[in-house]
Amino acid sequence: MEELVEILAKALVDQPEHVSVNVTEKEKSSVIQLRVAPEDMGKVIGKHGRIAKAMRTVVKAAAIKERKKVFVEIDSI
Amino acid sequence: MTDVEKTGKTIDEAVEKALTELRVSRDEVEVEILEQPSKGLFGFLGSKPGKVKVSVIENPSLKANDLLEKVLDVMDLEVEIDVKQDEHGIFISMQGPDLGILIGRRGETLDALQYLVNLSSNKDQEHKQRIILDVEGYRKRREETLRGLAIKLAEKAKQKGRNVVLEPMNSQERRIIHTTLQSRNDIYTFSEGEDPYRKIVISPRK
Repeated sequence: MEELVEILAKALVDQPEHVSVNVTEKEKSSVIQLRVAPEDMGKVIGKHGRIAKAMRTVVKAAAIKERKKVFVEIDSI
Repeated sequence: MTDVEKTGKTIDEAVEKALTELRVSRDEVEVEILEQPSKGLFGFLGSKPGKVKVSVIENPSLKANDLLEKVLDVMDLEVEIDVKQDEHGIFISMQGPDLGILIGRRGETLDALQYLVNLSSNKDQEHKQRIILDVEGYRKRREETLRGLAIKLAEKAKQKGRNVVLEPMNSQERRIIHTTLQSRNDIYTFSEGEDPYRKIVISPRK
């Protein structure tokens, strides 16, 4: 799932080399921590969080098969 | 943008080297001549190679296709992607087994993916191109459903003589309802509220 977040984020930002993802697996959920360059924060969040919401929607769909809740958190490096 | 600089005895030779390295054909690149080659004296004394900068012209439909392939691959979905382009935009339709998860509730997932593909493929482009994604003809079917719904609710508004408010829809879906009913003179339509809760109201004309 973290791979999907990485692909989407790298496609959106100006500095793909500064994109990194980290996963924390919990019993019934995983938390994916996405980090991008500070200048790229807007590119992955968007106005009113529209881009972040779209990314979460796609990730949620991909996670259905794994029967796990997936949370995507966004931070700058 | 991907670009390389190459030198060669002639401009053609330098361009050729760049094309080999970038693995693209001549019509996919822009060539900028940085230095003209000079033969020098007697063809060897003081001769100077030519230098060019070759840049790949970014193509939104290729980028969209590329991104989708990667996304579908990590989602473990077997999908056939078909890309068509005309003056209205780029249409990408996907066919394959178990693609329901790509559509989501009321096309929520498909819309989200479409939004991300649009942003990414049109990044740094002067002329933005509209990219529309479809899975197994979902958009077409949804359009027919919405047209039917529009006509049914227009009748209701007319009969009861009062406003009928539809559930929230995105701009693409609202446009389908508006255009379906725009030629009627017994009712009229308008939208109210703010996205993502913006919805259509069908109102009888008195």
